[in-house]
Amino acid sequence: MDKLSELESKSIYIIREAYYQFKDIAVLWSIGKDSTTLMWLCRKAFFGTLPFPAMHIDTSYKFPQMYRFRDKYAKKWGLKLLIARNEEALAAGMGPDQGEKLACCNALKTDALKQAIDRWHFKALLLGIRRDEHGIRAKERYFSPRDQSFKWDYENQPPELWDQYKSRAEDEEHIRVHPLLHWTELDIWTYIKRENIPITELYFAQDGKRYRSIGCAPCCAPVPSTADTIDKVIEELKTTTTSERAGRAQDKESVTTMQKLRALGYM
Amino acid sequence: MDKLAFVMVGHVDHGKSTLIGRLLYDTGSLPPDKLEEIKLASREQGKDVEFAYVMDHLEEERSRNITIDTAQTFFRTKRREYVIIDAPGHKEFLKNMITGASQAEAAVLIVDADEGIQEQTQRHAVIISLLGLDQVIVVANKMDLINFSEERFMDLTAKLEVFLKKIDIHPTFVIPISAKKGDNVSNKSGKMPWYDGVTFLQALDSFKNLPSSVEKPFRFPVQDAYEVGEKKILVGRVEAGKVRLGDEIVFLPSQQGARIKTIEVFLDDGRRTAEAGESIGLTIEPDEDIKRGEVASRPADTPPVSNRFKASIFWMSPQPLDINEKLLFRCATEEAPAKIEKIEERIDSSTLEVLEEDASKLEDTEVGEVIISTENPVVVESFYKTRELGRFVIVRNNDVVAGGIIAHAIIGQ
Repeated sequence: MDKLSELESKSIYIIREAYYQFKDIAVLWSIGKDSTTLMWLCRKAFFGTLPFPAMHIDTSYKFPQMYRFRDKYAKKWGLKLLIARNEEALAAGMGPDQGEKLACCNALKTDALKQAIDRWHFKALLLGIRRDEHGIRAKERYFSPRDQSFKWDYENQPPELWDQYKSRAEDEEHIRVHPLLHWTELDIWTYIKRENIPITELYFAQDGKRYRSIGCAPCCAPVPSTADTIDKVIEELKTTTTSERAGRAQDKESVTTMQKLRALGYM
Repeated sequence: MDKLAFVMVGHVDHGKSTLIGRLLYDTGSLPPDKLEEIKLASREQGKDVEFAYVMDHLEEERSRNITIDTAQTFFRTKRREYVIIDAPGHKEFLKNMITGASQAEAAVLIVDADEGIQEQTQRHAVIISLLGLDQVIVVANKMDLINFSEERFMDLTAKLEVFLKKIDIHPTFVIPISAKKGDNVSNKSGKMPWYDGVTFLQALDSFKNLPSSVEKPFRFPVQDAYEVGEKKILVGRVEAGKVRLGDEIVFLPSQQGARIKTIEVFLDDGRRTAEAGESIGLTIEPDEDIKRGEVASRPADTPPVSNRFKASIFWMSPQPLDINEKLLFRCATEEAPAKIEKIEERIDSSTLEVLEEDASKLEDTEVGEVIISTENPVVVESFYKTRELGRFVIVRNNDVVAGGIIAHAIIGQ
């Protein structure tokens, strides 16, 4: 079996395991390349039809291309799409220009997710994070418990061996499931090419720039690039010396911002 | 390109994270912004550039200068792509070390050339051996602290070999290095003319991928059963061997016989075969009700079914194991209420000393030679025959508290 098929097979195994253990489950779809790959793998795991909803945490600050892409493929793939927004914070004017970015991420992403979990009573969530994205994510487990206040007890994570995962959540807990943890950025792109997975055009170069990682429009900077096709993106990644999240504001404020965000429940 | 995962193990402060950082730095695998970040963080902590920060990302890890949790990073050589698994060297974080090591195909054991063999050096070597990792490279780090002395290195090597032999580990290389200074990591050192062996980087390229289980007898533990349209699909991963349309199979422990009608893979209609490692679906005739935990095999080569077997377990919970307490046994997709009926030997995982025979308790980090009994019969095999059905975990109150290997004959079938 080739490398990509091995990666795929392990992810499908984890997705099916998560669904067996937790029927109250949803997949988080941020519309980026990783979570769209995760959606693709979920479709494969369940032979085309997801038996659980896909949830978009909508800060209202995403790129217009992302909203268009979301609505098109939600329909095409027959998804049960849930949109989670922190309406209260948005009404109060929360945005990336209101002081600290950390506060904005917390209100519009983390709090929106908390509200969604309370509302829909999810016991588990599938997320498309990868170990090679950020050092702190390199410490994650495939099945990672979070308490009610979303705290990640990173000093006392459960042991995880031989595809045996934490199978039950306590009353006040939910489990984050990470089926793509073992993939690299390059793996994702080679797989997108092999499977012909649709992906938003933001990732492809226009006027000498492209987005390598996408989120909220005001907090993402494009990187200089001429890669306007998947093949060129793959070539670029083989030789690049900048890291994937170099254009993401929340990674920059301090070297420990990401740890603080994740400890508070950030995705 | 091939991908190989190896784990870095050894005693606390012998330089695991530093060696990984050095390797990435020397091979140009650190993006400039990452290097900037590390320099900045080192300054924030009031230190020179600290290569360990490449792996130690938690604030507490950096301020205390230790690795708390296992982490993974990636890098490429001309030969292949590597996944490096860093493991913490403190005894209190052993479960994190085991989590890391269980995902590796090979191991690097690092020993401080000045401090020599310590408690976790031995414990980690024992765990590596228990997990069945038989490809091992040893590096003697911090050679700069002992003036690159050949005599001290030879002395250390001799002591190590005596211990490793006891646990059946035969390292392919023992390499004198300095991770901090860069000697013999990716560049040959000019300071040890007496050493004419390979560099650490060259040694890594000698690791081999674990042999695939394709040539072994067919094993398919059922993960779940889905209804898709009119079809009833049994999903799961082929853990060993191959399967073909029309094959006669038998499910154990239920002994239900069936024939494979279709192999289901989304967007791949008319699939005729599948092999070890693939997550697939099967439809069968007759269309019997088969539940998760049943294991399909060919009638001519079925795995044993038993409710009593011998195993080696490693305990990783601060609350000790009590003989006969209620536990849950999980192996592949099987799950059964179980208890440890007998602890034949309670062993110190660092010194290998038998602390007690016929014991009634097993403490954190100890290894036990035990007899397990399950409430209902389960399909288990020797780890050395089918590793996927020969390794298991023990769950208590929802937590994984032990891992184990079925190395011995199964009692009564």
